[in-house]
Amino acid sequence: MSGGHSSYTPSTGIEKWIDARLPLPRLVYDSFVAYPVPRNLNYAYAFGGILAIMLVSQILTGVVLAMHYAADTGLAFNSVEKIMRDVNSGWLLRYLHSNGASMFFLAVYVHIFRGLYYGSYKAPRELLWILGVIILLLMMATAFMGYVLPWGQMSFWGATVITGFFTAFPIIGDPIQQLLLGGFAVDNPTLNRFFSLHYLLPFMIAGVVVLHVWALHVAGQTNPTGIEVKSKTDTVAFTPYATVKDAFGLVLFLILFAYFVFYLPNFMGHPDNYIQADSLKTPAHIVPEWYFLPFYAMLRAITFNIGPINSKLGGVLTMFGSIAILFIVPWLDTSKVRSAVYRPWYKLFFWLFIANAIMLGWLGSRPAEGLYTLFSQFGTAYYFGFFIVIMPLLGLIETPRRLPNSITEAVLAKTKSGGQLAGVAAAPETRA
Amino acid sequence: MSAHDTTEPTRRDFLYIATGMAGVVGAGAFAWPFIDQMRPDASTLAVSSIEVDVSAVQPGMSLTVKWRGKPVFIRNRTPKEIEDAKNVQMGQLKDPIARNANLPSDAQATDADRAAAKDKENWLVMIGVCTHLGCIPLGQQGEFGGWFCPCHGSQYDTAGRIRSGPAPENLPIPPLTFTSDTVIKIG
Repeated sequence: MSGGHSSYTPSTGIEKWIDARLPLPRLVYDSFVAYPVPRNLNYAYAFGGILAIMLVSQILTGVVLAMHYAADTGLAFNSVEKIMRDVNSGWLLRYLHSNGASMFFLAVYVHIFRGLYYGSYKAPRELLWILGVIILLLMMATAFMGYVLPWGQMSFWGATVITGFFTAFPIIGDPIQQLLLGGFAVDNPTLNRFFSLHYLLPFMIAGVVVLHVWALHVAGQTNPTGIEVKSKTDTVAFTPYATVKDAFGLVLFLILFAYFVFYLPNFMGHPDNYIQADSLKTPAHIVPEWYFLPFYAMLRAITFNIGPINSKLGGVLTMFGSIAILFIVPWLDTSKVRSAVYRPWYKLFFWLFIANAIMLGWLGSRPAEGLYTLFSQFGTAYYFGFFIVIMPLLGLIETPRRLPNSITEAVLAKTKSGGQLAGVAAAPETRA
Repeated sequence: MSAHDTTEPTRRDFLYIATGMAGVVGAGAFAWPFIDQMRPDASTLAVSSIEVDVSAVQPGMSLTVKWRGKPVFIRNRTPKEIEDAKNVQMGQLKDPIARNANLPSDAQATDADRAAAKDKENWLVMIGVCTHLGCIPLGQQGEFGGWFCPCHGSQYDTAGRIRSGPAPENLPIPPLTFTSDTVIKIG
């Protein structure tokens, strides 16, 4: 879509002056005003914009929190309490930041599931998808290191467990862990470097987001039908149509965010993190933040040795593998049809995948014993089976439903059966 | 001259490669301090050893001391605990190696080779860090009456040997000596 010529026409003298020297207004106009988007985007497509706003929100609140925070094991816990009690509006900024992380992950998971449902990762959008997975990895690293900063019990023991993953690797494992920790156990050097990196990584995320949006604007957005844009009637202008729709979705999302911030600010946290870190006492149940629970469940599901790989290394490889496998999803899916709307079997397995992910999340919050472990093992098997077996196989054996010829045809067909109200939205450009 | 000519490398080719290599080596040398600063610093590495007076620890009691940032469990085991540990067949062990820094690395995980000293088999001294992911196991809990890790459910027996759960190894025994009947030097 970037292939099209620019429709930006500077009108005032100063606009012309800038356009001849640094055509930034032209780039913004072409990318976010005149940019054509498929006319049938639904609210699942609002989460890209929501995520951009969440990143900005996290950076803003984070920068001001850093003005009051002290990255020292002797001071960190109390400096956070000081933010809560003494710093003007500190409680609000910290609750926005900590709940913002949860909201960020909620939005990114919806965004990823949207991509999986509508086949957004398929050619020519493989790099777009891979950049997204890189953003997810950076987000996870940022969130993990941010959770260590309050220096509560969960901070300390979460850091111990997660850096302990690296000890699973033979020979190089221990030196890598010591390199990460700056010592033999989580301590002051660890806290200092985590603070430094926690401040750095969001800006790296912002950099990859620029590449992500760039790649998106080269290939163009997908849409619920999965059919590429073929003619001008298939699209509407980004502004006002997508802008307003995204903004409305954002408002609803921010209401949910505000509800947590003002009414349930600690709902997604863990009470143990209000106890200062104690290196001699492990909490009864170490649980990560909710957004890591499915991966945590898969880590703990591997309780048996697999050939030369012991259970510990097996668990760590399984957990890393659960993210790594996302990188090759574009090549695992063999179906020529993009959208699950026209793939009855894929749709079924997709919803099972969602249910399975939620079940794994719940299992991750349970103690690692008895039936919980057994169910985690089933869940892990399905998680990987979905990607390794179902995706490649389904493309070969599934009979997809008939695809409409174009986005416009799909929209108009829906209008005919959907009653008079939909007719208004179906042809927005004809009203102008 | 046709494009298919294969000629000897020229002086210029050599210069290109030499310049490139110098650049790579320079970049590596420049990057090294940035990686090196991440490693444990001198104050952390400063080898420390501690002496612990265990005269007040009666059979059935435990003491936890901190050594190099990690907890060390010192337990005065009851006769029943020793008996339980001795009755375990080697075949039942998940990790048959003693993991005792005071013995050869291939020593078997018999109770005698896990205990702190030959004539002091009631004493068990181990680094109290779960060999799975580094949590601190809880003492005298779990199926085997030894240690139970609350994080991921690893269970150790009364000699600190891994018996079930995801942990791969027995709890390690640090270098130690009895400087007197009641004082243990760790490290």
